[in-house]
Amino acid sequence: MPLLLVDGLHVRYGAIVALRGMSLTVDEGEIVGLIGVNGAGKSTTMNAIMQVVRPERGRIEYNGASLIGLAPEAIIRRGVAPVMEGRRIFPGLTVEENLKLGAAIRSDREAIRADIERWCAFFPILGERLTKPAGTLSGGQQQMLAVARALMSRPRLLLMDEPSLGLAPKLVSEVFTLIAELRDLGMTILLVEQNVRKTLDIVDRAYLVNTGRVEFAGTPDEIRQQADLEQAYLGGGREAGGGRNASPSASRLPPPASARTSIRG
Amino acid sequence: MDNLIQYLISSLSLGGLYALMTLGLVVVYGILRLINFAYGELVMVAGYGLLLFGNTTLAWPIVALLSIAVAVVAAVVMERVAFRPVRFASASTMLITSFAVSTLLQNTTLLAISPRPQAVRLPSFFVESVAIGGLRFRVVDLASLTVSIVALVLLSILLRRTTIGLALRAAADDFTMTRLLGVRANHIISAAFAISGLLAGIVAIFWVGRSSLVEPAIGLQPVLIAFIASVVGGMENLKGAVLGGYLLGFLTVGLQTWLPQALLDYRNAVLFGIVIVILLLRPEGLIRPAYSRERR
Repeated sequence: MPLLLVDGLHVRYGAIVALRGMSLTVDEGEIVGLIGVNGAGKSTTMNAIMQVVRPERGRIEYNGASLIGLAPEAIIRRGVAPVMEGRRIFPGLTVEENLKLGAAIRSDREAIRADIERWCAFFPILGERLTKPAGTLSGGQQQMLAVARALMSRPRLLLMDEPSLGLAPKLVSEVFTLIAELRDLGMTILLVEQNVRKTLDIVDRAYLVNTGRVEFAGTPDEIRQQADLEQAYLGGGREAGGGRNASPSASRLPPPASARTSIRG
Repeated sequence: MDNLIQYLISSLSLGGLYALMTLGLVVVYGILRLINFAYGELVMVAGYGLLLFGNTTLAWPIVALLSIAVAVVAAVVMERVAFRPVRFASASTMLITSFAVSTLLQNTTLLAISPRPQAVRLPSFFVESVAIGGLRFRVVDLASLTVSIVALVLLSILLRRTTIGLALRAAADDFTMTRLLGVRANHIISAAFAISGLLAGIVAIFWVGRSSLVEPAIGLQPVLIAFIASVVGGMENLKGAVLGGYLLGFLTVGLQTWLPQALLDYRNAVLFGIVIVILLLRPEGLIRPAYSRERR
């Protein structure tokens, strides 16, 4: 039984269809990539798993139980932690407070303290800036904080949405090094990325997503061998994202209003 | 000099009261983006608590505490019954809901108790004054000054040192992300409303104490003051609420003290004129969010 199962998922934002039959699985201990151009439906898949957007139909099962209809906070409590697109750290709170909030579902104070120390050893810059407002960190440091904060809940499954987005090339490499290190720690990760080449270097399997469904699935080697796909969807360039006009739904979906209305209390 | 000290005490007393009122409004707005116009009715409910419990043989401190407790309970129930069903509806739906709750509570009081102002039994210190260093101060001014500062300090400790305080500050910044860390939305919102009710209850004691009267529309002025002070101070931010409240207090007392007799009738016109000028200069309020971000 896979740890995470998504099957036949349909999501729409008003008239715009974002997912049309999205399916994927993630097994325990695996690191799985979800790649494709901007607007293909990668982030929507992630938001649907967290129930921040409500799917029209389809199945989302974690550890054998459906996640559909749960509040986001209930999903975290089952062991799934998201690193959202745009990092979403709390800029006015200190680094330490951000990390403490990551452990909001835990009550073992001693172990929480130990975990903060552990991740500060893992990310030394966070340790140095523990009492500073998180908004004073650089983009790459904020990304590390977002990852460390998610890990504070001791998740079984980590969802990462475009962790390299908006970072300088050198920092992009750092983020991928970090993901590789997390893999070596035995984490199970679903990684949503536009940076296809770097993603294929570190994942066990990947799904190539286009216009709201899986176009191709396989190991990194299998995906690389699909030269046609490379031309069509990977754009052939160093960074994916050159395919902005590749699909009619390629415009960034507007999450704020629609996403907000769809969250239940 | 004596005048100045008396002005300071009066201003700090009224400003402290205004600051508490404003905080009660902003603590909810920060999380739900709801300007709860039924907030004034929490002041009213506590005021009628003073009337009701005041007619028993209970000691006055108990009466005061019970009245504050009534406001806290009323706030939490208000959220549960009226606002939770429309929590993720549009901002205007929530706003109209708050007007409905306000109207409903006012008219219920009007029908069930009386449309006329009722006299509330208050302890004698509400009308007494003391002499300190040759100056006379009203005891109630000193009391409200002290209580408001103590309440602000305690609230600040709650927000900085406790887990729920941390969650409240995070939720005010990014509510969805806070939930995505596993913090329960219902807990945060209930806590925000409980704090709002607590502040309304404390305000009610001194607000009713000014006239010893309670009437169904008694909450109207506090909610308007809180609204204006929060707009002046900056809606997004609790420090702004405190600053806006004190500023409004200082302006009100200042105009009352120093406006020529002939202009005293226009005190509010002058006050709101100043508010408009402040908003023209700083449309986001005096304290802007340090790290502004879009609403999510």
